Amino acid sequence: MLEQTDISWLIGGPQGSGVESGANIFSRACASMGYEIFGKREFYSNIKGEHSYFVVRVSNNAIHSNINDITMMAAFDAETIFRHADEVIKNGAIIYDSDLVTAKVDEVHNMDLNYKQRLLKYLDSKNKSHTIQGILDIVQERGVNLYPISFRNVLSAMADEVNNPRLKGMVRMFNVLGVSFSLGVLGMPPETLLSSIDAIFAKKQTIADLNKKTANYAYNFATAKFPNFTYRLKPVEKKSGTILVQGYQGTALGKMVCGCRFQPYYPITPASDESVYLESNEILDVKENRPGSTVVVQTEDEMSAMGMTIGGALTGTRSATCTSGPGFALMAEMLGWAGINEVPVVITLYQRSGPSTGLPTRHGQDDLLFAVYAGHGEFPKMVYASGDIEESFYDTGRCFNYADVYQVPVIHMMDKFLASSVVTCKRFDSDKIMINRGKLLDKIEGDYKRFAFVPDGISPRSKLGLENGIFWNTGDESDEYGHISEDPEIRIKKMDKRYSKLEYMLKTIPQEEQAISYGASDYCVVSWGSTKGPILDAIDMLKKENINVGFIQMKLLHPFPTDYVKSLLKNVKTVIDIEANQTGQLGLLLKQNLERSPDYYILKYTGRAMTSTELYDSLKNIIANKAEKRQVLTHGA
Amino acid sequence: MALKIGDYKTEVHNDWCPGCGDFGIVNAIQMALSEMQIPRHQAAIFSGIGCSGKTSHFINVYGVHTLHGRVLTFAQGAKLANPDMKIIAAGGDGDGLGIGVGHFIAAGRRNLDLTYIIFNNGVYGLTKGQASPTLRLGEKTKSLPSPNTNYNVNPIGLAITSGFTFVARGYAYDVRHLKDLIIAAVNHKGLAFLDVLQPCPTYNDINTRDWYSGMDNLDESKKQHSRIYKLEDTGYDPVVHYDSETEFNEKLTQALIKSLEWDTKIPTGIFYKNEIISQYEKRIMDKIPNYMENPPSAQVVSSNGKPTADISKILDSMSV
Repeated sequence: MLEQTDISWLIGGPQGSGVESGANIFSRACASMGYEIFGKREFYSNIKGEHSYFVVRVSNNAIHSNINDITMMAAFDAETIFRHADEVIKNGAIIYDSDLVTAKVDEVHNMDLNYKQRLLKYLDSKNKSHTIQGILDIVQERGVNLYPISFRNVLSAMADEVNNPRLKGMVRMFNVLGVSFSLGVLGMPPETLLSSIDAIFAKKQTIADLNKKTANYAYNFATAKFPNFTYRLKPVEKKSGTILVQGYQGTALGKMVCGCRFQPYYPITPASDESVYLESNEILDVKENRPGSTVVVQTEDEMSAMGMTIGGALTGTRSATCTSGPGFALMAEMLGWAGINEVPVVITLYQRSGPSTGLPTRHGQDDLLFAVYAGHGEFPKMVYASGDIEESFYDTGRCFNYADVYQVPVIHMMDKFLASSVVTCKRFDSDKIMINRGKLLDKIEGDYKRFAFVPDGISPRSKLGLENGIFWNTGDESDEYGHISEDPEIRIKKMDKRYSKLEYMLKTIPQEEQAISYGASDYCVVSWGSTKGPILDAIDMLKKENINVGFIQMKLLHPFPTDYVKSLLKNVKTVIDIEANQTGQLGLLLKQNLERSPDYYILKYTGRAMTSTELYDSLKNIIANKAEKRQVLTHGA
Repeated sequence: MALKIGDYKTEVHNDWCPGCGDFGIVNAIQMALSEMQIPRHQAAIFSGIGCSGKTSHFINVYGVHTLHGRVLTFAQGAKLANPDMKIIAAGGDGDGLGIGVGHFIAAGRRNLDLTYIIFNNGVYGLTKGQASPTLRLGEKTKSLPSPNTNYNVNPIGLAITSGFTFVARGYAYDVRHLKDLIIAAVNHKGLAFLDVLQPCPTYNDINTRDWYSGMDNLDESKKQHSRIYKLEDTGYDPVVHYDSETEFNEKLTQALIKSLEWDTKIPTGIFYKNEIISQYEKRIMDKIPNYMENPPSAQVVSSNGKPTADISKILDSMSV
């Protein structure tokens, strides 16, 4: 039987210091040894200097979230130590730059004033100095191992050894030092570290070489100096067909596979990574055919992005855009145009914390109700949510099918938590994506009416350029040809035609695509989107204590699958709504559609994603009947 | 069988005011389409919001009546996805130079191969005559409570400095000349802008048909002089002939200077034409060599419902 491994590693530093590439090297090294990875990046809305950190959880079991406990931390700046030292567990380790110990709280200029005050109070309460040494003393008393290393001295010694004086002052090597010290202390085979660096810097050989030299030196330094750490990472049985994937890649790869060939977008965090990735891979391999391509256009604003997307869709091209809340707000008017003209478009909505600019680089699920009600006037649309990165790949295919089949705009709900996660998962299988273009026509003969009244409400669709398929579109109400009409009878028929689609969707979309039930129980969580991972892990933790909690993951949020969800909740006594927003937006949809309000809410709106630890604690409180109706989670710096 | 002007007309009732300049523009578009013999399904009119927005419903080709200010975004999206379409975008001066001016400039910078016609009448007609961006400072058209407090946009100058590579002006009541300009614009390789002076008989009582024809523009011998004149009659050469900075600057500045003429002499015709600056389509081809032969709308994305795209190389690079 395999040894149980479940460690969490944190690397932090100023933005721009390579925290992310450090974490990528670490993640890839661990993944290549057969471990499952769940990593998450936190960062400020800033280019250089503010605190950024990455937590990578490594396990030989399936994991879907972060936990509160940090096993090991690698820190090469004072702020990381001040902010995170307390998260490191007893017998865990802090590997840190020993040159920092005298740094004072007051000298860390990037730390918010409020946080500094809390920190000083805390240090005072423990009778410690207002320095790094002070905070380290506290954790050492708790049993945390301290591994001080002068990063500068190591670089300097190495520079002498390899006879490269340039290396001496190269602080941008600190990230690789941090990773390599960590892997050394954890006793990982050094080859995994070096091949991981090769893979990450595949296109930059000189950088790869320099990093590998540094890594090798640092690795040996750490193994020699700190050989006795409690936690060791040994290779475990490797599952074949595993990939290490970044959050935004799921929807991007889904778009490539399912035939999205046009994506206009306007830059916005955390959505633009997806578009940039699509453009970086704009030329597509196509089976037995000439190469295909995705035309990605950076537009002047989000209205243009949406207008262009619709224009593209009118040519029969699968077209999408990708944005976040503020951009989606600007697209709302065009969304109504797509609705009244029955144009299939997909909007991939990577939510972040609002309102307004809100917490621009932080997580949130604040836009559910906005997506459901976006646009003035009444028109049908679909809102569909993915729960994790693997799902997002396949869901992207579904969203384009829904758009084509029902001829509606589809809003695919994603979020910052998903976008900036790095996970191992099963290699995406393109064969599982089927492409259904619905009633898109290739050939037309005779009189053609774009909006012909047909029993299922979905008229055969022409496209720009098709012979005999001329149609008119207008944002005004229109007749069957698409010409403006203010006739009351036509108005009723057209409105009802469009609205009949909602009913039709619920009838024709398979139930397993509407919602996923992970077993119902007396207690049942109802949630949507990226909370899935922490919920699954928390439920698993409870199960080990013989506590059963059910979970219904909503995917189709509009139209709301009322009957199906009702049937799933029939025998449930206590409904627990879990969401990353302040008001419990799904709870409101439940109340509205099921006439049943959640009994409890677990909400988080700090902009930091939920951990399974805090969900576990909250759920346990509920079951022990010790919880308030509304619980607010707070973990995370 | 040759296509006649009538083939490009729909049966939709035209509800513009009697005497509206818009009629001349629609006629000119239909004449141009017929003269060029563009198959009906290969042409599309995109229009904005306002009186001019209805244009697409009167022309029997693909017609997309979009949103206020956003016509260029829809039109460019369609053109990018299907570059074989002949696309004419049409809209008002408030639409294109007020609410949509950001898109106007961005479209110029792209230089896609399509034509944009602005129906320029100085007022917001459909909302009862408020001042549009082209109305001059201090002018008071009849439904304004007080004189216009904003300086005017110079559409020709803005187009030239934004990167449009064909910039011309027509007059709604000179339909034949306008038709020729539309043909030249559509045949131009790149983004063409056509500013059409279009009197609004209901709300603009300053720039009327009589004003343009110079009823009040008399010389010392009381002879009436039309304000409108044609650049081509003056030997003006709008074309950038070769790739040199001097040639570019010379043609650009002469056009800018011409764009400032108003009051008593208003130039029409082609101000500026530059086919040396690359079309956006060409810029895409620098990255995607087969873009024109296999554009987004032509790509075969599935075979019996199975995706044709093969991402295995990308997935290989992610494998651990």
